[in-house]
Amino acid sequence: MSDEYDIVIIGAGPAGMSAATAAVAQGASVLLLDEGAGPGGQIYRAVTTTPLTDRAVLGPDYWKGAAIATAFAAAGATYQPGATVWHLDAERRVGFSVDGQARLVQAGQVVMATGAQERPFPVAGWTLPGVLSAGAAQTLLKAQGLAATGRVVLAGCGPLLWLFAAQSVAAGLPPSLILDTTPRSNWGRALPHLPSFLATPYARKGLALMARVRRAVPIVSGVTELAIEGEVHAERVVYRRGIRAPVTVPVDHVLLHQGVTPNLNLPAAAGCALDWNEAQACFQPRTDEWGATSLPGLFLAGDGAGIAGAETAASRGALAGLAAAAALGRLSETARDRLAAPMRARLTRQMRGRAFLDALYRPATAFRRAAEEALACRCEEVTGRMLRETAERLQVSGPNQMKTFLRCGMGPCQGRLCGLTVTEAIAQARGVSPVEVGYYRLRSPVKPLTVAEFASLPNTEEERLAVERG
Amino acid sequence: MFRRLHEVARPVLRFRLDGEPVEGREGDSVAAALLALGRDACRETAVSGAARGGYCMMGVCFDCLVVIDGTGNRQACLVPLREGMSVETQHGRREPGR
Repeated sequence: MSDEYDIVIIGAGPAGMSAATAAVAQGASVLLLDEGAGPGGQIYRAVTTTPLTDRAVLGPDYWKGAAIATAFAAAGATYQPGATVWHLDAERRVGFSVDGQARLVQAGQVVMATGAQERPFPVAGWTLPGVLSAGAAQTLLKAQGLAATGRVVLAGCGPLLWLFAAQSVAAGLPPSLILDTTPRSNWGRALPHLPSFLATPYARKGLALMARVRRAVPIVSGVTELAIEGEVHAERVVYRRGIRAPVTVPVDHVLLHQGVTPNLNLPAAAGCALDWNEAQACFQPRTDEWGATSLPGLFLAGDGAGIAGAETAASRGALAGLAAAAALGRLSETARDRLAAPMRARLTRQMRGRAFLDALYRPATAFRRAAEEALACRCEEVTGRMLRETAERLQVSGPNQMKTFLRCGMGPCQGRLCGLTVTEAIAQARGVSPVEVGYYRLRSPVKPLTVAEFASLPNTEEERLAVERG
Repeated sequence: MFRRLHEVARPVLRFRLDGEPVEGREGDSVAAALLALGRDACRETAVSGAARGGYCMMGVCFDCLVVIDGTGNRQACLVPLREGMSVETQHGRREPGR
């Protein structure tokens, strides 16, 4: 590995792999850093190593990742798996660690392909052992062929919930019950977008997939309240549908999911501007049609730049890879635009139907703002009630001030699992928009780093002399 | 309990969990190996001491923190399991020196 690359790409999901393939084709030297053990990111996790050889289990959409991984491997970019990136700045310095050894590399251009995470689902008891996100269960299925057994309740809303349910059915271990929290009122807002959604291949595939799940799993829809109870492990789920009496269900595992949101920590700590996306109820870094952020030389591609799904991520990654290569003068703007034209046409097709999914699966406000007894901040154990009481009594203006009172967002996850909840809870208490409240101020290092790891950075003679006594 | 689907046939890796000899499989993350052993909780939190286990399996929740080969605060979901590894439950805060 060298100390300088034309382009450093962060993340080996569809966007990162496609960006690398496109940039190498233009003659750029490319380093791709990824935290995972192999290529694929989250959506195509373990696509080159999964033990699930029966392709019917994970489904044809998952296996589309294999072609992207093959093209990436053939391109010949320098690929470093197991790399945790903890620093990125406007000067395009990238700090990362592999096996406890830290390094800094200088990039001519950077493409962040840092993807999405599941939206927090702060209901009471979501921190109990035995409760995982549906995405976590899906990761275990893809990478290790592990499946939850016993009484498994899958709760929430969104396309991934249904996809995972269908994969579990195909694996022969369907969940015992699905609690669907999709708000009924969403249908009104989604209906105007229904015709354009029905014209896409996603509609046919999605409906067939849901039909397979419905045949195998009992489904309770219209769930408006949810809590998980147990002493030291999840033992019961208690749910309500509107004003009906609460229902208690004994469980061994609860798998929660209410959509995905962009990973913000790396771009925000680098200084990229964020915008509030009202349709998806989340912040996303500001990007242009090439994925360029508000900082020159820093691109962001894929779901990390706004949720649109795996297929669009590959197209957006390729566009960012081309744009980064063009910014370095590896190809002219004319050549860039010519190569981009078919990618843009594909992207437009892939984006169809998105507005319908966004409107239908926008999670209920009650599930986004943390229930009274739910831990909004899992690390520092701050409840929804504490957030709202503090916001009202102390007139807290935003999440950074809230940190000083409650420490929310100051634990090891650095706000990843509470950021949106805290912003929305404060917005509710103040009666203003999340835009006005803002997000946590994020800083480097974006992943915890030991002093020993930091000290392992290679030093230059000049740096050594700068701190030497006498 | 998480169990391995029958088609999964990967070589066994032996490691220690809180001093006891146990087994995982090649290709496991430490967090996956613990779940396959029926260990849903892998630490006690620093604030209240409550039992906690991994939630996201993708490196964002930091709830699967364990002590691996004497080093605390390791994200079990991101560390590949290796033969002979020592994995310990993390009690409360990270202790000085580990």
